[in-house]
Amino acid sequence: MPATSKATRESHARVFDLDVQSLRELNQALHKLTPGSNETAWEVLNPKGNHSVAVGVDQPVSIDVRGSVGYYCGGMNSGGAITVHGSAGPGVGENMMSGSIVVKGDASQYAGATGKGGLLVIEGNASSRCGISMKGIDIVVHGNIGHMSAFMAQSGNLVVLGDAGDALGDSIYEARLFVRGKVDSLGADCIAKEMRPEHLELLQGLLDRAGVTGVKPSEFKRYGSARTLYNFNIDNADAY
Amino acid sequence: MCGIVGLFLKDKALEPKLGAMLSEMLVSLSDRGPDSAGIAIYGAPSGNEAKITIQSPKPERDFRGLDAELAKAVGAPVSISVKSTHAVLRITPDKVDEAREALQSLRPDIRIMGAGEAVEIYKEVGLPEAVVDRFDVRKMTGTHGIGHTRMATESAVTTMGAHPFSTGADQCLVHNGSLSNHNNVRRELVREGMKFETENDTEVAAAYLSNRMAHGKNLGEALEGTLSDLDGFFTFVVGTKNGFGVVRDPIACKPAVMAETDQYVAFGSEYRALTKLPGIDNARVWEPEPATVYFWEH
Repeated sequence: MPATSKATRESHARVFDLDVQSLRELNQALHKLTPGSNETAWEVLNPKGNHSVAVGVDQPVSIDVRGSVGYYCGGMNSGGAITVHGSAGPGVGENMMSGSIVVKGDASQYAGATGKGGLLVIEGNASSRCGISMKGIDIVVHGNIGHMSAFMAQSGNLVVLGDAGDALGDSIYEARLFVRGKVDSLGADCIAKEMRPEHLELLQGLLDRAGVTGVKPSEFKRYGSARTLYNFNIDNADAY
Repeated sequence: MCGIVGLFLKDKALEPKLGAMLSEMLVSLSDRGPDSAGIAIYGAPSGNEAKITIQSPKPERDFRGLDAELAKAVGAPVSISVKSTHAVLRITPDKVDEAREALQSLRPDIRIMGAGEAVEIYKEVGLPEAVVDRFDVRKMTGTHGIGHTRMATESAVTTMGAHPFSTGADQCLVHNGSLSNHNNVRRELVREGMKFETENDTEVAAAYLSNRMAHGKNLGEALEGTLSDLDGFFTFVVGTKNGFGVVRDPIACKPAVMAETDQYVAFGSEYRALTKLPGIDNARVWEPEPATVYFWEH
């Protein structure tokens, strides 16, 4: 969305106060939106840790959530631009298809789990299992991520400006992981990989989309799959 | 599921509101566990009085005249205050063990919820709202407390299967998760003389901590031991006479959020439980790290 229209949009934002209106009313109103609707700006007040805020959005609207949310905020998002002005509970952006979610604070477990597309930005830290089983989503975390992140990650990109916890990328498929800080340990079949020009370019694009400045792609290391778990190895038969 | 809460006050001005604050926190997590609920509140210990919280399936029959009969049996004054199915007996601290034994013969159906100089424990089957109303928890004052709302997995939905579990003087524990080696640990603890009331996994964790503290460990050291000796999923919140502790297993899939201000340290399974605490918008809010012990003492 062009930045110039921001003030206009905000002045016409449809406001939902969850102290007064129910979560179901909010989500039903969002689900009733049709292509081309003029109600493109939404504001949610007093989320107070509620679950499932703005789940299942399927139109390109912007939603500003003023406060912290509980489980599954923005789950299955398809085209919405959701900003959480607070922290998010477990499963923020779970199975996101497209659009964007920006969390100004921290995110709890399994942020962006199974996401197929779109961009998830965590401006604070994300906890364990960030990007678990990601299937094409791009995730940018300004802080650190917890243990078992990108477990069985299939595709997409996970960018971490801080550190990663234990067992990063365990049993990873073809997702790309970029970590600027230290990694406590790598999971099974996850290895450090060479940062080639195309990766630097890809990473610069991701940092730009996430609004990250003052950080160079060359400061990151790339991690990905060693591809040794792809096929059954007869020498491992005794292990089963 | 299950929902757990804890609140440790630093600011004495909040002590009259402890029951109300903790009740509000617990009720907000009702949909994490509708089976049963319980709360432990620590009042300021007077030093010359111990409290025994008891429960009866037939309170009218069991509590009538119990104070006089118990006083006669132990040879010391006893007072009783009844709250629904529970009652608190007050007695001099050196008579607690004698009173526990006497209760078994005087009122065989009575269950002891907990004992100590500070703690009172109330737990029953039902929603948190019903349980805090039934025991008038909102009016209770104190320095710290913990609470639990249960979705049973490991054992039956009964009063005795509800949390908190207390296995030592002024000690109690609430748990979100399930333990897989509790039978083995229970056997070891029984061999060391610990007594168990239920088949519940959480009672084993409580007894494990009581046992370690009886061997001279402090709360932090005892909690540290759970990481190597207990197998399974757990977020524990623990209360002692003057302390409050939290630990999560290394996998840490059971949720936990903490908040700290100059006035209190608070724990909730979810942020929802913390939203009505004073000054929460400016509190330090964080997710406790896996396999890391946190504890505070007065």
